[in-house]
This record gives sequence, structure tokens and C-alpha cells, in this order.
Amino acid sequence: MTTATLRKTPLTALHEAAGARLVDFAGFLMPVQYEGILEEAKRVRTKAGTFDLCHMGRCRITGARREEAAQFLVHVNIEKMRFGQIRYTFFCRDDGTTMDDVLVYRDTDEMFFCINAGNRARDIAWMKEVSAKFGCTFEDLSDELAMIAIQGPRSADTMAPLCSGDLRGLKYYWFYRGTVCGVPAMISRTGYTGEDGFEIYFAEREAPAIWKAMLESGKPHGVTPIGLAARDTLRLEAGMALYGHELDDTTNPVEAGLIVGALPHAKDFSGRKAIEAMLAKGPPRKLVGFTTASARVPRQGYALHLPNGGAQVGVVCSGSPSPTLGTHIGTAYVQSAHAGATTLDMDIRGQRHAVKLQPLPFYQRAR
Amino acid sequence: MNPPDLKYTETHEWVRLSGDTATIGITDHAAHALSDLVYLGLPKKGDKVSAGKACGEIESVKAVSDINSPVDGEVLEVNSALADSLGDITSDPYGKGWLVKIRIKGKAPASLMDASAYDKLVAETA
Repeated sequence: MTTATLRKTPLTALHEAAGARLVDFAGFLMPVQYEGILEEAKRVRTKAGTFDLCHMGRCRITGARREEAAQFLVHVNIEKMRFGQIRYTFFCRDDGTTMDDVLVYRDTDEMFFCINAGNRARDIAWMKEVSAKFGCTFEDLSDELAMIAIQGPRSADTMAPLCSGDLRGLKYYWFYRGTVCGVPAMISRTGYTGEDGFEIYFAEREAPAIWKAMLESGKPHGVTPIGLAARDTLRLEAGMALYGHELDDTTNPVEAGLIVGALPHAKDFSGRKAIEAMLAKGPPRKLVGFTTASARVPRQGYALHLPNGGAQVGVVCSGSPSPTLGTHIGTAYVQSAHAGATTLDMDIRGQRHAVKLQPLPFYQRAR
Repeated sequence: MNPPDLKYTETHEWVRLSGDTATIGITDHAAHALSDLVYLGLPKKGDKVSAGKACGEIESVKAVSDINSPVDGEVLEVNSALADSLGDITSDPYGKGWLVKIRIKGKAPASLMDASAYDKLVAETA
């Protein structure tokens, strides 16, 4: 695909002017890196950085039965969510496989969803179908709303001067409606890096001005823009799933360790039976974290074997150097019988490299 | 701009021909596209290599790429100094960042590009 056929965000020109390297990501021309993946990842851990997330999908369901429609779509108990609360959850098929992992926002007059760029088309078709079943209105706001994130310990210092309302008092996984630079916005204390930070939604045409204002306000705090490559490293350190890696069309969220114990409510939702069955029986494979002292970076698809030339018992989902841990890290699905192993061997083109299993996440910020 | 005295491959290796010796490396374009290098796998002295076939691997944070030999021949020398300074490949790809020297068997392939043809290829892929 040539870059001419790729979709742009309202910020693409700014990324280009800043010297970012742009690549195809889910059909969008997106900045993959600015100064360098490892430097950018460190910046988010120590200062803060801004992220263009306009490629992600944003949509809402309105109407009298909007909460019933939302409940059919996701595994969390919508009724238990407070207005202004956000939950991480999944769209599952009847057989429990994952169509997407999403954020759901409960507001007084709408249910709002943030969905993955790569799954936008099919998510939207599914949400439309469910909305219609409950007599609700579905709106795809992806093109009219921009989405920018700021992540890192200096996020609140950067954003407080720009935002209305009690930004510093906002709790993790809560949101409010206010303004950013005087522009009406939904301000959400969420993120995909394991750091404190915000994800902000507002009218698409305001994106360049707000992006610039965030960088200007963040300048004394060391804030710079961050590319998607560093974002991937950061989310992996934080043990967060990436659709297409830890989750895909064949994965039940129970295998990923993202639904554990028993479902704490009796609400019906798509995939419930299959998820309950797997919770009762235990998953056939489990998502594990690992580190390796090898010079080689773990990559999706590499096989994991029992040590000393043993059989294959797993496959790598994601891998990256970890600037925070100072070693390479990865995630993998391993047959449940072997998921408690301490070491396995990773096969890279016929050569075996020892990996050490460890619980996720690799990194958790001090709170 | 790429040095005019070198030849280039479509897979972004450069080759310096001197008598029956070929010094090879990866181009500035390739080094910068890879960025953040983490691993280099080179052949051993005495290994036989074939034009257009992988003779090593170079790995960055985000991807693994083959290093293809531009010529047929036998490895004379490898740049072992790079093991501790992969950054030289990015900062000085045509100098300190050279990878291996090969004693050419037969002739260098006619398909190798000159600098102007390679510049054009890079401009088209950018």
C-alpha cells in the first residue's frame, strides 16, 4: 500500500513537520516514532508524552434502553457502574472468542465506547445490530471526535492549566465533561502505558490547536510527542493486552487472564455461556509473561519449548526490549499444564534461547 | 546521498569492490529505517556465501531483517568490533559500520546498482 491511500488524522501534518517516521497502522498513516522508541518510552515513565489516538474508534449508543444494549455487548455489569465511570471490557461472540477489547463509559444520557482502530468496521456493524435490537440509536463519532492522550507522571501538571473542572481530583478510570483550551471535551483518566494520564475527546477540527497547546504547556515538564512503537513497549511492560497479539478471533478473555474467578453478576451478554464454561473448566492455555537474557528480541509467533530439546508448549504473542526493566520481555500462550514452569526455551530460527516465566505485569507504577 | 564509488542491492546492502575483495554493509537508508539496533548475526570467517542469499541477520527493536550477500564467495573477515557498538552501523554505515569482507568467486553480479540508480530506488520507496 502506498502512503497516498492511507487515511490521515487531523494531526498527521504536525507529526510530519516534527520529523516523525510515519507508517501504515490499520489503514492510517500514523507516527511510529519521533526521537527513538527507547527514549520515548523512558520519557513517558519519567516525565510525560502526548499520543495521537485519532485512528481509534469512538461511538455512542443513546435511547431509553441504551444500558440494556450496552449490557448485551460487554461482560461487566453496566448497572453497577456509576455515572462517570469507565470499565475495560470485551465484545465476545457466542463461542466466547474476542471480537475486540474496549473501554465503556457510562454517562447519564449515553453509553460511550472507545474501540480499536483495526476492528472499527466490524465493531460498528455489531454495535449497530445490537442497538437496533434494543430500539436504540447508534452513532459512529470516530470522524467528528478527535482523541489525544497524555501519559506520564507530569500529565496532570501539563493538563491542569488547560482544563476546566477538578482534573487533579479525577480518579483512575473515571471521566467528566468539561473543557480543554475552552473547547468542550470529555476528559478521561485512562491510558495504555501503566502511567498516570488522560485520554481526551473533543471536536476533530480543534485537534491541531489543542495538540500544540498541550506540548506548550508540557514544555517545562519535558513533555514531547510519542509514537506508536513506544506505546506498544509501554503497554507490554504494563501487561496490557493488544488486540491481534494477546487477544484475537480465537481467544477467550479467560485464557488471557482478563476474566478470573466467577462472573459477579447474572446479566446476560454475548459470549456469557462460553466464558462461564471456561471459567468452570479452566482454560486450555494461559497467557504468561517472560523475560529473556538473550540478545534476540522475542517476536509474535516464536515457539516456546520445554527445556533440553523438549516439545513445543507455547507461542509468543508480543515481545520488546524493556527500557524500564533493562531486559527483553514478552507474553506467550502456554498450555495450562506448563504455564507454571519457571523456564522454557524460545526457538528463533532453530536456535534455542532460554526464557524465564514471570507473572504480569512487568511494571507497576508506585501509587 | 550514497557514496558514488559503491554498488548497491535492491535489499539495501552496499558493496565496495576492490580486486577480488568485496566489503559489504547496509545502507544509510536501511540503517535508519531499522533504527534502535539490538542484535547482529554475521557469518563466520571461511563461510561460503551466495549472491542474493541471506548471510546474516540484523535485528532492531521492531523487526528482524536478513542481510543478503551481494556476491558469491567466501568470508574473509567479519567486523567483530560491531558486537559492542551496533550504533556504528547507524552513525557510520559506509565506514566503521562495515559488516563483512568477502573473497569474490567469479564476477560481481551485473544486477548491482550504481549510486544514482540506488538513490532513485530509495526516493521511490520513501
